[in-house]
Amino acid sequence: MKREKFTVVESTCVPLPLANIDTDQIIPARFLTATTREGFGENLFRDWRYGKNGKPVQDFVLNMPAFSGKILITGSNFGCGSSREHAVWAIAGHGFRAVVSDSFADIFMNNALNNGLLPVIIPSATLARLTTQVLSNPGTEVRIDLERQILSVPGSAVSAKFPVNAFRKECLLKGLDNVDYLLAMKGEIVKFEPLWAQ
Amino acid sequence: MDRKTLFDKIWDAHVVRSVTDGPDVLFIDRHYIHEVTSPQAFEGLRSRGISVLMPERTTATADHNIPTLNQHLPIADPVSKAQVDTLEANSGAAGIEYFGIGHPSNGIVHVTGPEKGYTLPGMTIVCGDSHTSTHGAFGAIAFGIGTSEVEMVLASQCILQTRPSRMRITVDGKLAPGVTSKDLILYIIASLTTGGATGYFVEYAGEAIRNMSMDARMTVCNMSIEMGARGGLIAPDDVTWNYLAAIPGIENNRDYTRLANLRPWLKTDDGAVFDKEVTFDASEVPPMITYGTNPGMGMAVDGVIPSSGGSNKANGSFLKSLDYMGFKPGIKLLGLPVDYVFIGSCTNGRIEDLRAFTQLVAGKKKADGVTVLIVPGSHRVARQAEKEGLTEILKKAGFEMRQPGCSSCLAMNEDKIPAGKYSVSTSNRNFEGRQGPGARTILAGPLTAAAAAVTGRITDPREML
Repeated sequence: MKREKFTVVESTCVPLPLANIDTDQIIPARFLTATTREGFGENLFRDWRYGKNGKPVQDFVLNMPAFSGKILITGSNFGCGSSREHAVWAIAGHGFRAVVSDSFADIFMNNALNNGLLPVIIPSATLARLTTQVLSNPGTEVRIDLERQILSVPGSAVSAKFPVNAFRKECLLKGLDNVDYLLAMKGEIVKFEPLWAQ
Repeated sequence: MDRKTLFDKIWDAHVVRSVTDGPDVLFIDRHYIHEVTSPQAFEGLRSRGISVLMPERTTATADHNIPTLNQHLPIADPVSKAQVDTLEANSGAAGIEYFGIGHPSNGIVHVTGPEKGYTLPGMTIVCGDSHTSTHGAFGAIAFGIGTSEVEMVLASQCILQTRPSRMRITVDGKLAPGVTSKDLILYIIASLTTGGATGYFVEYAGEAIRNMSMDARMTVCNMSIEMGARGGLIAPDDVTWNYLAAIPGIENNRDYTRLANLRPWLKTDDGAVFDKEVTFDASEVPPMITYGTNPGMGMAVDGVIPSSGGSNKANGSFLKSLDYMGFKPGIKLLGLPVDYVFIGSCTNGRIEDLRAFTQLVAGKKKADGVTVLIVPGSHRVARQAEKEGLTEILKKAGFEMRQPGCSSCLAMNEDKIPAGKYSVSTSNRNFEGRQGPGARTILAGPLTAAAAAVTGRITDPREML
């Protein structure tokens, strides 16, 4: 199956500078009853975004008219907790193409990559500077170039190289699908027996 | 000679292909699925026009989103019902073994798999659930995956995965009376922090671990993910093999007989190198509780909440967390009135947990004003509790046993804790809203939960033994 390619994203950002944001916050469990991948975006950060009365919480960043864009800037260990891929579907469903932090939880990172949502890991000091810059100037445009693996703020000193596994990068750039990759080696797999079974 | 960790031995034995500059293609021996994270994966197979490659290597259980009362009736919520029905239909069409509601083998996926003897030493095991790390207690590489990866396993019995680093956590000495394996793992997580083991696969070793039963080991491995670890395992020993040998019908399990031949090999070689080594003294571990909104925010049951979250960067999150809980830095929680107690989940829903809880509440009465949910991890656990007379003792003390499921651990069903209420919970996560919107969760072991259930307050269980 073809997926949307990721090459360059240039956009304003939404800053959410909290550490250890778990996937229960990204999408609470009570919204996991659906059997499709669609529609999770509207419940992204549901319990931070809407009050008990269902009204938007004015000082939550997704409700602030000043902040919008395709890039979510967040804190350390983003996406910890539950393995629910629904968290990635919610973030992507809201319109984000990349999440920027100085560290991500392992399962979240795999889930993001499998859905064409780019987890961008930059040094803590750069993240702090970028966050401050975006908070003080919500119009700040950030450029994420996957081919060169560089995040930068054009016209400013903020620039950082970010790591991406070469195989994952190729898949994202070309919009390739991992299941297709595995299916192509089915012959090899059905003949394979783990060491103990031989 | 090449000295290897147990983790590397198992991993290497399952690599079908190493992708150049990429992840490994890892063969998966055992795949567990449940109703919440599998439907989109089956949908993916349908849209590709392919079927499940090795259905005999997958087992399905309904657990996350099922009621714990009146399971003989149809699920009242139509959306939840549709999700469980979808699992049944998908499993049936693919020829996958399915333990539906009311089936004698039904229960929480991480409780039933080991009970059935499907989880074995030396295996690679995955499930679309982060607490798959539980199965590492048997000396398996077991970890949680997302739905796209569930689709990969259904389609190819393989997964693309980058090899994590290795960490060994050695726990020397003996746990004190009144201290459980849950307290130990909460203590370890509080020390390493909620993200402290990210990127690592953990091996637990040392006297305190070796002295544990399989149930206790599963509690430890279960919470590996709560410090960010990809998984956690314990090398199989006599305790492991004796547990397996006692499972009815295990001799007919071909995987078991083959893996049993590898018994001497399934260990970390002397001199094998870990990327990180951490050591703890079991005798220093007190009964633990959490005070914040991640499992790393833990302290002794009679401890004091720290005055700050450490670095300035994390302090905002720390204060937000305390604010959510209704606590302040520097206060004690001992004596705090609680509203709910939950005993259950894949962390503490096994027979030994119910024994510990029952032992402490026997001859006492449930405290007024506290709602207590006792949810066995499986039907087998429930039957065993009945057989041992635990159910009867609990009834006399004013408690009622529910039917198996994930229940209040993630509150997908109706077992929700109301906003603002305090819940002492033997589950694994105290995230905001985890047990219901606005619910305030205090994680603890089964003895501390029992002490709270009969006193109505945060109580040191050591004073009640």
